[in-house]
Amino acid sequence: MGILQSIKMALRSIMGNKLRSALTMLGMIIGVSSVIILVSIAEGSAQNVTSQINQLGTNLLTINTFGTDVALSDGKIDELSKLNGVKAVAPVIQGRVNVKKDRTASQVSLTGTNAAYSTVRDVLVSQGRFITDLDIEYRQKIAVIGADTAATFFGMENPVGQYLQIEGTSFKVVGVLASKGSSLGQSGDNVVIVPLSTGQRLVKSTTINQVFLQGKSENQMDFVMNEVEIKMASFFPSKSDSYSVMNQKDLMDTMSSVSNTMTMMLGGIASISLLVGGIGIMNIMLVSVSERTKEIGIRKAIGAKRRDVLLQFLIEAVVLSGVGGIIGILAGIGLGEILSSLLSLTVSFTSTVILSSFLFSLAVGVIFGVFPANKASKLNPIQALRYE
Amino acid sequence: MGKPIIQIRNLMKSYKLGGETIHALNNVSIEIESGDFLAIIGPSGSGKSTLMNMIGCLDRPQSGTYLLDGKDIGKMNDNQLAVIRNQKIGFIFQNFNLLTKLSALENVELPLLYAGIPTKERRERSIESLDKVGLKERARNLPTQLSGGQQQRVAIARALAGNPSILLADEPTGALDSKTSQEILFLMKELNELGHTIILITHDLMIAKQANRMVSIQDGQLQENGGELFGNFAIY
Repeated sequence: MGILQSIKMALRSIMGNKLRSALTMLGMIIGVSSVIILVSIAEGSAQNVTSQINQLGTNLLTINTFGTDVALSDGKIDELSKLNGVKAVAPVIQGRVNVKKDRTASQVSLTGTNAAYSTVRDVLVSQGRFITDLDIEYRQKIAVIGADTAATFFGMENPVGQYLQIEGTSFKVVGVLASKGSSLGQSGDNVVIVPLSTGQRLVKSTTINQVFLQGKSENQMDFVMNEVEIKMASFFPSKSDSYSVMNQKDLMDTMSSVSNTMTMMLGGIASISLLVGGIGIMNIMLVSVSERTKEIGIRKAIGAKRRDVLLQFLIEAVVLSGVGGIIGILAGIGLGEILSSLLSLTVSFTSTVILSSFLFSLAVGVIFGVFPANKASKLNPIQALRYE
Repeated sequence: MGKPIIQIRNLMKSYKLGGETIHALNNVSIEIESGDFLAIIGPSGSGKSTLMNMIGCLDRPQSGTYLLDGKDIGKMNDNQLAVIRNQKIGFIFQNFNLLTKLSALENVELPLLYAGIPTKERRERSIESLDKVGLKERARNLPTQLSGGQQQRVAIARALAGNPSILLADEPTGALDSKTSQEILFLMKELNELGHTIILITHDLMIAKQANRMVSIQDGQLQENGGELFGNFAIY
């Protein structure tokens, strides 16, 4: 008997039991659509993060130091800035400070840095100006604030020229940053940027724990990174555990490994429902075999070979899971689109995910269909005919 | 009468039931010629179902030989038996055994489907077969929409469709009233006259008498018509 005939026969028997077939397929539909939705959301957020990191520029190097035994003094930072291929260096000191104006008070993250920070980190000022080197030299009590901070303390007013109390000291606002949006759950807009020298006083520490370096060109970044690493090793011999030099690519690798793990985990959880759907199919097929024992007996008496019966039940299982898979894909894409517009999530459907979840659903049909189909094909025709 | 189509020699089949061995068939030998209309009569438990399963190639003998069209059935595997059933045997059952979800035509098509006959020829032959039993107009009906007699006619059409050597009927009238039974028997006689070999298994002497030849079976042993067991069947 041809495959086409077997498929026709399987379709007839599925259509003959519409409600049961629909309920069986529901397991596959839920499984496939949840795999697609979850994986697409995970991949969408991974893309989001990657594009945000890319916006920072790919010719950025970051030096992080840990602990107090590695101190990057002004002289050392000066040496770093004189390396070949380094365009600008921005040392950073960070902390959290209490900011107050009249009756409004809030915790804001503080960044103490120099004028180069603006170009190195691609930070734009929407009103007023950024920090200048003179501000650092004269330890000016001035601040550039983020868009959210400006909204918190000044509302609709223009903050430039007004004053804020930072840790009890009055600071003049000289600029407001353009909004950058949030990245990795951290708002880039709720910040206060002050001159490095003033910042060191505010956080009561002179330890610079982060330095950003901007390369002259993207192509030279590997070379610059080598240079910086050699320089750092000469500054702090045998203390390589206390600092790290990272370029954007490292950061992106880290992020993509995090988001891969997230994708795998969500996909794995959703795959469990696919598995459960498969067991549902096996269950129904087993019921169907014992319900149709007589039919199998008749078919065998008429001349159906083992292979014919096996194929009939196997194809039935595969059609159930395959049709369930297709409906699941459509439902997954539809629901994903709805979710992305309702929750303004980035959802990215890749053909890999769609294709592999469909193939997986077919495979589930084959794997869980084999056992019942084999059982059916092995029935003794005499006993099957006698079965009521 | 033609050459023997079935040659059975010293056939044995026994079952173990509760530690006791039951000889369902005990040294059975019979020859059936092509074009014959044979009735096998016996009470329940006589071994006639076992004999039918054996002749119908649903079962293999434990000892003895069964040659169907010169082929040794005892040496065949399950798949070869399925092919033999498909091509040589047409089953007619007591309770029709039609597939209730398929139309009359689709039921008749089944053996041809398993024989791998292409769609167009399959349809033509099935309709022809339904025409032989006078049910061409009911081809699209489901079995549940047909009377018992009509269902049995569909079953006979299905048995005929593959153009088998033998029509094997197991109590074909057992589930029908006497008038319909007569119609079915008349149809079978007609088919026999057209040259089909028919083996009829029954416990009803009145039905068995309509065959050309009658054998009786009791306790797994076969007796040709006129044997001493024959008198006992008057009571059935």
